[in-house]
Amino acid sequence: MRKSRKDFLNKLFTHLLLIVISFIVLMPILLALSVSFQPRDQIFSYPPSLIPDKLYFDNYINAWNLVNLDRLLLNSLFASVIVMFGKLALGVLSGYAFSHFEFKYKKTLFFAILFTLMLPMQVRVVPLFVFVSNLGLANTYSGLVLPFLASATTTFLMRQHFLTIPKSLMESAQLDGCGPFRFLFQILIPLSGPALAGLATVNFLVMWNAYLWPLIILNSDEMKVAQQGVKMLFTSASERDWGLIMAGTIIVVIPTIIVFLLAQKFFVKGIATQGIKE
Amino acid sequence: MKEQDYDSHFSVPYLLILPSMIILTFFLYWPTVQSVILSLYRTAPFGARKIYSGFDNYINLFTDPTYRASLVRTSIFVLVTIFGGLAISLILSVLVNQKLKGIKIYRTVFFIPYAISPTVSGSLWVFLLNPVAGHINYFLDLLFNIQIPWLTNGFFAFIAIIIATIWKNMGFNIIFFLAGLQSIPDSVYESARIDGANSFQIFRKITVPLLSPTTFYLIIMNIIFTVFQSFGIIDIMTQGGPADATNILIYQLYRDMFVNFRLGLAAAQSVILLILVLIVTFFHFKFVSKGVHYQ
Repeated sequence: MRKSRKDFLNKLFTHLLLIVISFIVLMPILLALSVSFQPRDQIFSYPPSLIPDKLYFDNYINAWNLVNLDRLLLNSLFASVIVMFGKLALGVLSGYAFSHFEFKYKKTLFFAILFTLMLPMQVRVVPLFVFVSNLGLANTYSGLVLPFLASATTTFLMRQHFLTIPKSLMESAQLDGCGPFRFLFQILIPLSGPALAGLATVNFLVMWNAYLWPLIILNSDEMKVAQQGVKMLFTSASERDWGLIMAGTIIVVIPTIIVFLLAQKFFVKGIATQGIKE
Repeated sequence: MKEQDYDSHFSVPYLLILPSMIILTFFLYWPTVQSVILSLYRTAPFGARKIYSGFDNYINLFTDPTYRASLVRTSIFVLVTIFGGLAISLILSVLVNQKLKGIKIYRTVFFIPYAISPTVSGSLWVFLLNPVAGHINYFLDLLFNIQIPWLTNGFFAFIAIIIATIWKNMGFNIIFFLAGLQSIPDSVYESARIDGANSFQIFRKITVPLLSPTTFYLIIMNIIFTVFQSFGIIDIMTQGGPADATNILIYQLYRDMFVNFRLGLAAAQSVILLILVLIVTFFHFKFVSKGVHYQ
Protein backbone atom coordinates (compact mmCIF):
# COMPACT_ATOMS: atom_id res chain seq x y z
CA MET A 1 0.00 0.00 0.00
CA ARG A 2 2.69 2.47 0.93
CA LYS A 3 4.51 1.81 -2.26
CA SER A 4 1.46 2.51 -4.41
CA ARG A 5 0.83 5.72 -2.53
CA LYS A 6 4.38 6.87 -3.10
CA ASP A 7 3.94 5.91 -6.72
CA PHE A 8 0.77 7.98 -6.94
CA LEU A 9 2.44 11.06 -5.45
CA ASN A 10 5.34 10.61 -7.82
CA LYS A 11 3.03 10.54 -10.79
CA LEU A 12 1.08 13.52 -9.54
CA PHE A 13 4.26 15.50 -9.11
CA THR A 14 5.46 14.57 -12.62
CA HIS A 15 2.13 15.64 -14.09
CA LEU A 16 2.24 18.96 -12.27
CA LEU A 17 5.79 19.59 -13.43
CA LEU A 18 4.92 18.72 -17.02
CA ILE A 19 1.83 20.93 -16.96
CA VAL A 20 3.86 23.90 -15.73
CA ILE A 21 6.53 23.32 -18.39
CA SER A 22 3.86 22.92 -21.06
CA PHE A 23 2.45 26.30 -20.15
CA ILE A 24 5.90 27.86 -20.34
CA VAL A 25 6.54 26.28 -23.75
CA LEU A 26 3.17 27.42 -25.07
CA MET A 27 3.37 30.83 -23.36
CA PRO A 28 4.31 32.79 -26.49
CA ILE A 29 1.29 31.41 -28.35
CA LEU A 30 -1.15 31.62 -25.43
CA LEU A 31 -0.28 35.21 -24.58
CA ALA A 32 -0.44 36.24 -28.23
CA LEU A 33 -3.88 34.67 -28.38
CA SER A 34 -4.94 36.51 -25.25
CA VAL A 35 -3.63 39.89 -26.42
CA SER A 36 -5.22 39.44 -29.83
CA PHE A 37 -8.64 39.59 -28.14
CA GLN A 38 -7.89 42.64 -26.02
CA PRO A 39 -8.65 46.26 -26.89
CA ARG A 40 -5.76 48.70 -26.82
CA ASP A 41 -6.45 50.13 -23.37
CA GLN A 42 -6.48 46.70 -21.77
CA ILE A 43 -3.21 45.74 -23.47
CA PHE A 44 -1.49 48.82 -22.11
CA SER A 45 -3.01 48.59 -18.66
CA TYR A 46 -0.69 47.81 -15.79
CA PRO A 47 -0.33 45.09 -14.66
CA PRO A 48 -0.83 43.43 -18.07
CA SER A 49 -3.76 41.05 -18.02
CA LEU A 50 -3.44 37.37 -18.83
CA ILE A 51 -7.05 36.93 -19.90
CA PRO A 52 -9.13 39.30 -22.03
CA ASP A 53 -12.10 40.90 -20.22
CA LYS A 54 -14.32 40.03 -23.11
CA LEU A 55 -13.67 38.74 -26.61
CA TYR A 56 -12.81 41.74 -28.75
CA PHE A 57 -12.70 40.78 -32.42
CA ASP A 58 -11.77 44.13 -33.97
CA ASN A 59 -8.05 43.27 -33.95
CA TYR A 60 -8.71 40.36 -36.26
CA ILE A 61 -10.84 42.39 -38.62
CA ASN A 62 -8.31 45.23 -38.69
CA ALA A 63 -5.34 42.91 -39.20
CA TRP A 64 -7.18 41.11 -41.97
CA ASN A 65 -7.87 44.33 -43.83
CA LEU A 66 -4.60 46.11 -43.11
CA VAL A 67 -2.37 43.63 -44.92
CA ASN A 68 -4.86 41.92 -47.24
CA LEU A 69 -4.57 38.64 -45.38
CA ASP A 70 -7.15 36.88 -47.54
CA ARG A 71 -4.95 37.31 -50.59
CA LEU A 72 -1.73 36.39 -48.74
CA LEU A 73 -3.27 33.26 -47.22
CA LEU A 74 -4.62 32.14 -50.59
CA ASN A 75 -1.21 32.63 -52.18
CA SER A 76 0.44 30.64 -49.42
CA LEU A 77 -2.13 27.89 -49.60
CA PHE A 78 -1.82 27.63 -53.36
CA ALA A 79 1.98 27.55 -53.33
CA SER A 80 2.11 25.07 -50.44
CA VAL A 81 -0.32 22.64 -52.08
CA ILE A 82 1.61 22.80 -55.36
CA VAL A 83 4.90 22.17 -53.58
CA MET A 84 3.37 19.39 -51.53
CA PHE A 85 2.11 17.48 -54.58
CA GLY A 86 4.99 18.40 -56.86
CA LYS A 87 7.66 17.29 -54.46
CA LEU A 88 5.81 14.09 -53.72
CA ALA A 89 5.36 13.28 -57.40
CA LEU A 90 8.99 13.90 -58.29
CA GLY A 91 10.22 12.11 -55.19
CA VAL A 92 8.04 9.04 -55.77
CA LEU A 93 9.26 8.71 -59.35
CA SER A 94 12.95 9.08 -58.60
CA GLY A 95 12.73 7.06 -55.39
CA TYR A 96 11.17 4.23 -57.38
CA ALA A 97 14.02 4.35 -59.90
CA PHE A 98 16.58 3.91 -57.14
CA SER A 99 14.70 1.23 -55.23
CA HIS A 100 13.60 -1.12 -58.01
CA PHE A 101 15.97 -0.70 -60.93
CA GLU A 102 19.56 -1.43 -61.75
CA PHE A 103 21.09 0.94 -64.28
CA LYS A 104 24.30 2.52 -65.39
CA TYR A 105 25.51 5.43 -63.26
CA LYS A 106 22.94 4.58 -60.59
CA LYS A 107 25.34 5.32 -57.74
CA THR A 108 26.59 8.53 -59.33
CA LEU A 109 23.09 9.81 -59.97
CA PHE A 110 21.96 8.89 -56.46
CA PHE A 111 24.89 10.75 -55.02
CA ALA A 112 24.18 13.72 -57.30
CA ILE A 113 20.67 13.94 -55.87
CA LEU A 114 21.70 13.44 -52.25
CA PHE A 115 24.48 15.97 -52.57
CA THR A 116 21.92 18.73 -53.07
CA LEU A 117 21.11 18.37 -49.38
CA MET A 118 24.27 20.34 -48.87
CA LEU A 119 23.07 23.29 -50.92
CA PRO A 120 20.61 25.17 -48.73
CA MET A 121 18.51 27.87 -50.34
CA GLN A 122 20.57 30.52 -48.61
CA VAL A 123 23.78 29.41 -50.29
CA ARG A 124 22.42 29.79 -53.80
CA VAL A 125 19.91 32.55 -53.28
CA VAL A 126 21.88 35.27 -55.10
CA PRO A 127 22.30 33.60 -58.52
CA LEU A 128 18.98 31.81 -58.13
CA PHE A 129 17.34 35.20 -57.94
CA VAL A 130 19.22 36.34 -61.05
CA PHE A 131 18.39 33.09 -62.89
CA VAL A 132 14.69 33.08 -62.05
CA SER A 133 14.41 36.78 -62.91
CA ASN A 134 16.10 36.19 -66.27
CA LEU A 135 13.56 33.47 -66.99
CA GLY A 136 10.96 36.18 -66.52
CA LEU A 137 9.55 34.37 -63.51
CA ALA A 138 10.16 36.98 -60.84
CA ASN A 139 6.96 37.81 -59.02
CA THR A 140 5.10 34.75 -60.37
CA TYR A 141 3.81 31.58 -58.76
CA SER A 142 6.12 29.48 -60.96
CA GLY A 143 9.14 31.44 -59.80
CA LEU A 144 8.00 30.99 -56.23
CA VAL A 145 7.50 27.21 -56.27
CA LEU A 146 9.92 25.84 -58.89
CA PRO A 147 13.06 25.98 -56.73
CA PHE A 148 11.22 24.01 -54.03
CA LEU A 149 9.97 21.20 -56.23
CA ALA A 150 12.78 18.69 -56.33
CA SER A 151 14.10 17.36 -53.13
CA ALA A 152 16.77 14.95 -52.12
CA THR A 153 14.97 14.05 -48.92
CA THR A 154 11.73 13.03 -50.60
CA THR A 155 13.64 10.94 -53.15
CA PHE A 156 15.74 9.34 -50.45
CA LEU A 157 12.84 8.57 -48.14
CA MET A 158 10.62 7.21 -50.87
CA ARG A 159 13.49 4.95 -51.91
CA GLN A 160 13.95 3.78 -48.32
CA HIS A 161 10.25 3.15 -48.03
CA PHE A 162 9.95 1.26 -51.33
CA LEU A 163 12.86 -0.94 -50.29
CA THR A 164 10.86 -2.17 -47.29
CA ILE A 165 8.17 -3.57 -49.60
CA PRO A 166 8.95 -7.27 -50.16
CA LYS A 167 10.79 -8.14 -53.35
CA SER A 168 8.51 -11.14 -53.89
CA LEU A 169 5.72 -8.73 -54.68
CA MET A 170 7.60 -7.32 -57.61
CA GLU A 171 8.56 -10.76 -58.81
CA SER A 172 4.99 -11.99 -58.87
CA ALA A 173 3.88 -8.77 -60.56
CA GLN A 174 6.51 -9.35 -63.22
CA LEU A 175 5.34 -12.91 -63.71
CA ASP A 176 1.81 -11.65 -64.16
CA GLY A 177 3.05 -9.34 -66.86
CA CYS A 178 2.50 -6.15 -64.88
CA GLY A 179 4.64 -3.35 -66.34
CA PRO A 180 6.85 -1.07 -64.24
CA PHE A 181 4.48 1.89 -64.23
CA ARG A 182 1.43 -0.17 -63.41
CA PHE A 183 3.39 -1.78 -60.59
CA LEU A 184 4.22 1.68 -59.20
CA PHE A 185 0.72 3.12 -59.42
CA GLN A 186 -1.36 0.07 -58.56
CA ILE A 187 0.83 -1.66 -56.00
CA LEU A 188 3.60 0.49 -54.55
CA ILE A 189 1.73 3.77 -54.09
CA PRO A 190 -1.37 2.23 -52.49
CA LEU A 191 0.96 0.50 -50.01
CA SER A 192 2.67 3.79 -49.10
CA GLY A 193 -0.12 5.83 -47.52
CA PRO A 194 1.55 6.74 -44.22
CA ALA A 195 4.93 7.48 -45.79
CA LEU A 196 3.31 9.73 -48.39
CA ALA A 197 1.21 11.48 -45.75
CA GLY A 198 4.26 12.17 -43.58
CA LEU A 199 6.24 13.67 -46.40
CA ALA A 200 3.24 15.64 -47.64
CA THR A 201 2.81 17.31 -44.25
CA VAL A 202 6.47 18.20 -43.94
CA ASN A 203 6.61 19.51 -47.50
CA PHE A 204 3.45 21.55 -47.08
CA LEU A 205 4.90 23.23 -44.01
CA VAL A 206 8.27 23.80 -45.68
CA MET A 207 6.55 26.00 -48.24
CA TRP A 208 4.01 27.51 -45.86
CA ASN A 209 6.81 28.60 -43.51
CA ALA A 210 9.29 29.73 -46.18
CA TYR A 211 10.22 33.38 -45.91
CA LEU A 212 13.56 34.30 -47.50
CA TRP A 213 12.78 33.13 -51.03
CA PRO A 214 9.28 34.69 -51.21
CA LEU A 215 10.71 37.89 -49.76
CA ILE A 216 13.25 38.05 -52.56
CA ILE A 217 11.27 36.85 -55.56
CA LEU A 218 7.86 38.42 -54.90
CA ASN A 219 7.46 42.16 -54.92
CA SER A 220 3.85 43.06 -55.62
CA ASP A 221 1.33 43.06 -52.81
CA GLU A 222 -1.05 40.69 -54.54
CA MET A 223 1.65 38.02 -54.96
CA LYS A 224 3.02 38.05 -51.43
CA VAL A 225 2.63 35.12 -49.03
CA ALA A 226 1.40 34.88 -45.46
CA GLN A 227 4.84 34.89 -43.83
CA GLN A 228 5.54 38.24 -45.48
CA GLY A 229 2.25 39.37 -44.02
CA VAL A 230 3.74 38.97 -40.54
CA LYS A 231 6.50 41.39 -41.45
CA MET A 232 3.99 43.75 -43.09
CA LEU A 233 2.02 43.82 -39.84
CA PHE A 234 5.04 45.28 -38.11
CA THR A 235 5.77 47.84 -40.83
CA SER A 236 2.23 49.00 -41.45
CA ALA A 237 0.48 48.80 -38.07
CA SER A 238 0.40 52.04 -36.17
CA GLU A 239 3.01 52.37 -33.45
CA ARG A 240 3.00 49.07 -31.60
CA ASP A 241 -0.62 48.12 -32.05
CA TRP A 242 0.05 44.76 -30.37
CA GLY A 243 -3.52 43.51 -30.46
CA LEU A 244 -3.62 43.85 -34.23
CA ILE A 245 -0.11 42.47 -34.79
CA MET A 246 -0.77 39.42 -32.60
CA ALA A 247 -4.17 38.84 -34.23
CA GLY A 248 -2.50 38.79 -37.66
CA THR A 249 0.25 36.51 -36.40
CA ILE A 250 -2.31 34.11 -34.96
CA ILE A 251 -4.16 33.99 -38.27
CA VAL A 252 -0.93 33.08 -40.07
CA VAL A 253 0.00 30.38 -37.56
CA ILE A 254 -3.42 28.69 -37.37
CA PRO A 255 -2.99 26.66 -40.60
CA THR A 256 0.45 25.52 -39.39
CA ILE A 257 -0.98 24.27 -36.12
CA ILE A 258 -4.01 22.63 -37.72
CA VAL A 259 -1.84 20.78 -40.25
CA PHE A 260 0.56 19.79 -37.50
CA LEU A 261 -2.12 18.49 -35.15
CA LEU A 262 -3.97 16.63 -37.88
CA ALA A 263 -0.90 14.87 -39.13
CA GLN A 264 1.23 14.90 -36.01
CA LYS A 265 1.89 11.18 -36.06
CA PHE A 266 3.07 11.30 -39.67
CA PHE A 267 4.84 14.59 -39.22
CA VAL A 268 6.96 13.40 -36.33
CA LYS A 269 7.72 10.19 -38.19
CA GLY A 270 8.55 12.13 -41.32
CA ILE A 271 10.94 14.34 -39.38
CA ALA A 272 12.48 11.49 -37.45
CA THR A 273 13.17 9.46 -40.55
CA GLN A 274 14.27 12.35 -42.64
CA GLY A 275 15.93 14.50 -40.08
CA ILE A 276 16.70 17.10 -42.61
CA LYS A 277 15.13 20.45 -42.79
CA GLU A 278 15.20 22.43 -45.94
CA MET B 1 12.23 -14.67 -70.56
CA LYS B 2 8.57 -14.26 -71.10
CA GLU B 3 7.69 -12.36 -67.99
CA GLN B 4 8.26 -8.64 -67.59
CA ASP B 5 11.85 -8.10 -66.58
CA TYR B 6 12.07 -4.54 -65.33
CA ASP B 7 15.78 -4.38 -66.04
CA SER B 8 14.97 -4.81 -69.70
CA HIS B 9 13.15 -1.48 -69.67
CA PHE B 10 16.53 0.15 -69.67
CA SER B 11 15.27 3.69 -70.25
CA VAL B 12 12.60 3.60 -67.54
CA PRO B 13 14.80 4.49 -64.54
CA TYR B 14 16.27 7.45 -66.42
CA LEU B 15 12.81 8.69 -67.31
CA LEU B 16 11.81 8.39 -63.66
CA ILE B 17 14.76 10.46 -62.50
CA LEU B 18 14.58 13.01 -65.29
CA PRO B 19 12.08 15.47 -63.73
CA SER B 20 14.02 15.61 -60.46
CA MET B 21 17.32 16.01 -62.26
CA ILE B 22 16.00 18.89 -64.38
CA ILE B 23 14.85 20.82 -61.34
CA LEU B 24 17.98 20.02 -59.34
CA THR B 25 20.28 20.97 -62.18
CA PHE B 26 18.66 24.29 -62.93
CA PHE B 27 17.62 25.40 -59.48
CA LEU B 28 20.31 23.85 -57.29
CA TYR B 29 23.49 22.98 -59.15
CA TRP B 30 23.50 25.77 -61.70
CA PRO B 31 22.93 28.56 -59.15
CA THR B 32 25.59 27.08 -56.90
CA VAL B 33 28.14 27.06 -59.70
CA GLN B 34 27.02 30.58 -60.57
CA SER B 35 27.63 31.65 -56.99
CA VAL B 36 31.23 30.57 -57.30
CA ILE B 37 31.70 32.32 -60.65
CA LEU B 38 29.90 35.47 -59.59
CA SER B 39 32.01 35.70 -56.47
CA LEU B 40 35.05 36.33 -58.67
CA TYR B 41 33.52 39.43 -60.24
CA ARG B 42 33.06 42.97 -59.12
CA THR B 43 29.56 44.07 -60.04
CA ALA B 44 27.95 47.44 -60.44
CA PRO B 45 24.71 47.89 -58.51
CA PHE B 46 21.86 45.88 -60.07
CA GLY B 47 24.44 43.69 -61.80
CA ALA B 48 24.55 45.83 -64.91
CA ARG B 49 28.31 45.53 -65.36
CA LYS B 50 30.70 42.82 -64.28
CA ILE B 51 34.47 43.07 -64.05
CA TYR B 52 36.60 40.04 -63.27
CA SER B 53 38.39 40.72 -60.04
CA GLY B 54 39.82 37.41 -58.88
CA PHE B 55 39.66 36.94 -55.17
CA ASP B 56 39.09 40.64 -54.43
CA ASN B 57 35.62 40.04 -53.01
CA TYR B 58 36.99 37.50 -50.57
CA ILE B 59 39.91 39.72 -49.61
CA ASN B 60 37.55 42.63 -49.11
CA LEU B 61 35.29 40.53 -46.93
CA PHE B 62 38.02 39.20 -44.70
CA THR B 63 39.60 42.61 -44.28
CA ASP B 64 36.25 44.24 -43.58
CA PRO B 65 35.82 44.68 -39.82
CA THR B 66 32.02 44.47 -40.18
CA TYR B 67 32.21 41.09 -41.85
CA ARG B 68 34.79 39.78 -39.43
CA ALA B 69 32.70 40.92 -36.51
CA SER B 70 29.72 39.18 -38.08
CA LEU B 71 31.76 35.98 -38.40
CA VAL B 72 32.68 36.04 -34.72
CA ARG B 73 29.14 36.98 -33.72
CA THR B 74 27.71 34.11 -35.75
CA SER B 75 30.08 31.65 -34.07
CA ILE B 76 29.01 32.80 -30.61
CA PHE B 77 25.37 32.74 -31.64
CA VAL B 78 25.69 29.18 -32.95
CA LEU B 79 27.60 27.91 -29.91
CA VAL B 80 25.28 29.41 -27.31
CA THR B 81 22.12 28.43 -29.19
CA ILE B 82 23.23 24.85 -29.70
CA PHE B 83 24.54 24.33 -26.20
CA GLY B 84 21.51 25.92 -24.55
CA GLY B 85 19.05 24.36 -26.96
CA LEU B 86 20.39 20.84 -26.66
CA ALA B 87 20.63 21.01 -22.87
CA ILE B 88 17.02 22.16 -22.50
CA SER B 89 15.78 19.69 -25.10
CA LEU B 90 17.57 16.79 -23.44
CA ILE B 91 16.02 17.56 -20.06
CA LEU B 92 12.55 17.86 -21.58
CA SER B 93 13.06 14.64 -23.54
CA VAL B 94 13.95 12.71 -20.41
CA LEU B 95 10.82 14.14 -18.78
CA VAL B 96 8.52 12.99 -21.57
CA ASN B 97 10.23 9.64 -21.90
CA GLN B 98 8.23 8.19 -19.01
CA LYS B 99 5.43 5.72 -18.95
CA LEU B 100 2.64 7.98 -17.86
CA LYS B 101 -0.97 8.44 -18.82
CA GLY B 102 -1.36 11.34 -21.25
CA ILE B 103 2.37 11.61 -21.95
CA LYS B 104 1.60 11.96 -25.65
CA ILE B 105 -0.17 15.24 -25.00
CA TYR B 106 2.94 16.71 -23.40
CA ARG B 107 5.03 15.46 -26.28
CA THR B 108 2.70 17.15 -28.76
CA VAL B 109 2.98 20.39 -26.83
CA PHE B 110 6.77 20.25 -26.92
CA PHE B 111 6.80 19.55 -30.67
CA ILE B 112 4.47 22.39 -31.65
CA PRO B 113 7.05 25.23 -31.78
CA TYR B 114 9.03 23.31 -34.37
CA ALA B 115 6.12 23.40 -36.81
CA ILE B 116 5.87 27.17 -36.43
CA SER B 117 7.69 29.41 -38.90
CA PRO B 118 10.69 31.57 -37.96
CA THR B 119 8.74 34.74 -38.78
CA VAL B 120 5.85 33.85 -36.51
CA SER B 121 8.26 32.79 -33.80
CA GLY B 122 10.01 36.16 -34.10
CA SER B 123 6.73 38.01 -33.98
CA LEU B 124 5.53 36.22 -30.83
CA TRP B 125 8.79 36.94 -29.04
CA VAL B 126 8.94 40.59 -30.07
CA PHE B 127 5.64 41.04 -28.30
CA LEU B 128 6.58 39.05 -25.20
CA LEU B 129 9.85 40.94 -24.82
CA ASN B 130 8.60 44.44 -25.52
CA PRO B 131 9.11 46.61 -22.46
CA VAL B 132 5.73 48.33 -22.31
CA ALA B 133 3.03 45.72 -22.88
CA GLY B 134 5.08 42.51 -22.90
CA HIS B 135 4.62 40.03 -20.09
CA ILE B 136 8.24 38.97 -19.60
CA ASN B 137 9.42 42.31 -18.29
CA TYR B 138 6.36 42.53 -16.10
CA PHE B 139 7.22 39.21 -14.45
CA LEU B 140 10.89 40.11 -14.18
CA ASP B 141 9.90 43.37 -12.52
CA LEU B 142 7.54 41.57 -10.18
CA LEU B 143 10.00 38.85 -9.18
CA PHE B 144 13.40 40.54 -9.29
CA ASN B 145 12.56 44.18 -9.69
CA ILE B 146 14.49 44.51 -12.94
CA GLN B 147 13.61 45.95 -16.35
CA ILE B 148 15.49 44.67 -19.37
CA PRO B 149 15.69 46.73 -22.60
CA TRP B 150 15.43 43.52 -24.66
CA LEU B 151 15.47 44.75 -28.22
CA THR B 152 17.07 48.16 -27.85
CA ASN B 153 20.25 47.00 -26.12
CA GLY B 154 22.71 45.09 -28.28
CA PHE B 155 23.59 42.42 -25.74
CA PHE B 156 20.00 41.69 -24.80
CA ALA B 157 18.83 41.75 -28.42
CA PHE B 158 21.42 39.05 -29.07
CA ILE B 159 20.04 37.04 -26.16
CA ALA B 160 16.50 37.64 -27.43
CA ILE B 161 17.16 36.08 -30.86
CA ILE B 162 18.90 33.16 -29.13
CA ILE B 163 15.81 32.56 -26.97
CA ALA B 164 13.49 32.68 -29.98
CA THR B 165 15.75 30.34 -31.96
CA ILE B 166 16.05 27.82 -29.14
CA TRP B 167 12.29 27.89 -28.59
CA LYS B 168 11.61 27.33 -32.26
CA ASN B 169 14.04 24.44 -32.76
CA MET B 170 13.46 22.65 -29.47
CA GLY B 171 10.81 20.31 -30.91
CA PHE B 172 13.19 18.97 -33.52
CA ASN B 173 15.80 18.12 -30.90
CA ILE B 174 13.22 16.51 -28.64
CA ILE B 175 11.93 14.27 -31.44
CA PHE B 176 15.43 12.91 -31.93
CA PHE B 177 16.44 12.69 -28.30
CA LEU B 178 13.22 10.86 -27.57
CA ALA B 179 13.89 8.36 -30.36
CA GLY B 180 17.41 7.91 -28.98
CA LEU B 181 16.18 7.44 -25.42
CA GLN B 182 13.63 4.88 -26.49
CA SER B 183 16.30 2.82 -28.20
CA ILE B 184 18.21 2.37 -24.93
CA PRO B 185 17.06 -0.98 -23.54
CA ASP B 186 15.58 -1.04 -20.04
CA SER B 187 18.01 -3.80 -19.07
CA VAL B 188 20.88 -1.30 -19.19
CA TYR B 189 19.17 0.88 -16.58
CA GLU B 190 18.18 -2.09 -14.47
CA SER B 191 21.69 -3.47 -14.22
CA ALA B 192 22.98 0.01 -13.36
CA ARG B 193 20.43 0.24 -10.57
CA ILE B 194 21.38 -3.18 -9.26
CA ASP B 195 24.97 -1.94 -9.16
CA GLY B 196 23.72 0.86 -6.95
CA ALA B 197 23.83 3.85 -9.31
CA ASN B 198 21.52 6.78 -8.50
CA SER B 199 19.39 8.62 -11.05
CA PHE B 200 21.89 11.39 -11.65
CA GLN B 201 24.75 8.93 -12.11
CA ILE B 202 22.63 6.92 -14.53
CA PHE B 203 21.86 10.07 -16.50
CA ARG B 204 25.51 11.14 -16.66
CA LYS B 205 27.23 7.81 -17.10
CA ILE B 206 24.66 5.93 -19.17
CA THR B 207 22.04 8.13 -20.83
CA VAL B 208 24.33 10.89 -22.06
CA PRO B 209 27.04 8.60 -23.50
CA LEU B 210 24.51 6.31 -25.13
CA LEU B 211 22.86 9.32 -26.74
CA SER B 212 26.10 10.63 -28.19
CA PRO B 213 25.38 9.54 -31.78
CA THR B 214 22.04 11.39 -31.59
CA THR B 215 23.69 14.39 -29.99
CA PHE B 216 26.34 14.54 -32.66
CA TYR B 217 23.74 14.40 -35.40
CA LEU B 218 21.73 17.13 -33.69
CA ILE B 219 24.79 19.36 -33.36
CA ILE B 220 25.32 19.11 -37.13
CA MET B 221 21.68 19.85 -37.90
CA ASN B 222 21.53 22.68 -35.40
CA ILE B 223 24.56 24.36 -36.94
CA ILE B 224 22.69 24.45 -40.24
CA PHE B 225 19.47 25.70 -38.58
CA THR B 226 21.09 28.45 -36.60
CA VAL B 227 23.34 29.68 -39.38
CA PHE B 228 20.69 29.71 -42.09
CA GLN B 229 17.20 29.58 -40.71
CA SER B 230 17.43 32.29 -38.13
CA PHE B 231 17.00 34.79 -40.96
CA GLY B 232 13.24 35.04 -40.47
CA ILE B 233 13.54 35.47 -36.71
CA ILE B 234 16.14 38.22 -37.06
CA ASP B 235 14.34 40.03 -39.85
CA ILE B 236 11.23 40.33 -37.70
CA MET B 237 12.85 40.93 -34.31
CA THR B 238 15.87 43.17 -34.88
CA GLN B 239 16.76 43.52 -38.60
CA GLY B 240 20.34 42.86 -37.53
CA GLY B 241 20.36 45.76 -35.08
CA PRO B 242 20.70 47.56 -32.80
CA ALA B 243 24.04 48.70 -34.23
CA ASP B 244 24.75 45.32 -35.88
CA ALA B 245 24.44 43.43 -32.58
CA THR B 246 22.37 40.68 -34.21
CA ASN B 247 23.83 40.97 -37.69
CA ILE B 248 24.88 37.37 -38.31
CA LEU B 249 26.30 36.09 -41.62
CA ILE B 250 23.04 35.24 -43.32
CA TYR B 251 21.60 38.66 -42.53
CA GLN B 252 24.74 40.40 -43.75
CA LEU B 253 24.43 38.45 -47.01
CA TYR B 254 20.83 39.52 -47.42
CA ARG B 255 21.76 43.14 -46.79
CA ASP B 256 24.61 43.16 -49.30
CA MET B 257 22.43 41.53 -51.89
CA PHE B 258 19.05 43.13 -51.55
CA VAL B 259 19.73 46.37 -49.75
CA ASN B 260 23.17 47.36 -51.03
CA PHE B 261 22.89 45.47 -54.35
CA ARG B 262 26.48 44.23 -54.23
CA LEU B 263 25.99 41.02 -56.17
CA GLY B 264 29.60 39.83 -56.32
CA LEU B 265 30.20 40.47 -52.67
CA ALA B 266 26.99 38.65 -51.73
CA ALA B 267 27.97 35.72 -53.96
CA ALA B 268 31.35 35.50 -52.21
CA GLN B 269 29.49 35.35 -48.90
CA SER B 270 27.33 32.52 -50.28
CA VAL B 271 30.47 30.61 -51.22
CA ILE B 272 31.89 31.08 -47.72
CA LEU B 273 28.67 29.68 -46.27
CA LEU B 274 28.80 26.85 -48.80
CA ILE B 275 32.30 25.92 -47.66
CA LEU B 276 31.05 25.96 -44.09
CA VAL B 277 28.21 23.57 -44.98
CA LEU B 278 30.63 21.30 -46.80
CA ILE B 279 32.95 21.14 -43.79
CA VAL B 280 30.06 20.36 -41.47
CA THR B 281 28.74 17.69 -43.85
CA PHE B 282 32.18 16.19 -44.22
CA PHE B 283 32.36 15.65 -40.48
CA HIS B 284 28.86 14.29 -40.51
CA PHE B 285 29.62 11.67 -43.17
CA LYS B 286 32.96 10.80 -41.65
CA PHE B 287 31.30 10.21 -38.33
CA VAL B 288 28.42 8.22 -39.76
CA SER B 289 30.69 6.01 -41.88
CA LYS B 290 32.87 5.34 -38.86
CA GLY B 291 29.69 3.99 -37.34
CA VAL B 292 30.01 5.06 -33.74
CA HIS B 293 27.20 2.99 -32.29
CA TYR B 294 26.86 1.32 -29.00
CA GLN B 295 24.70 -1.58 -29.96
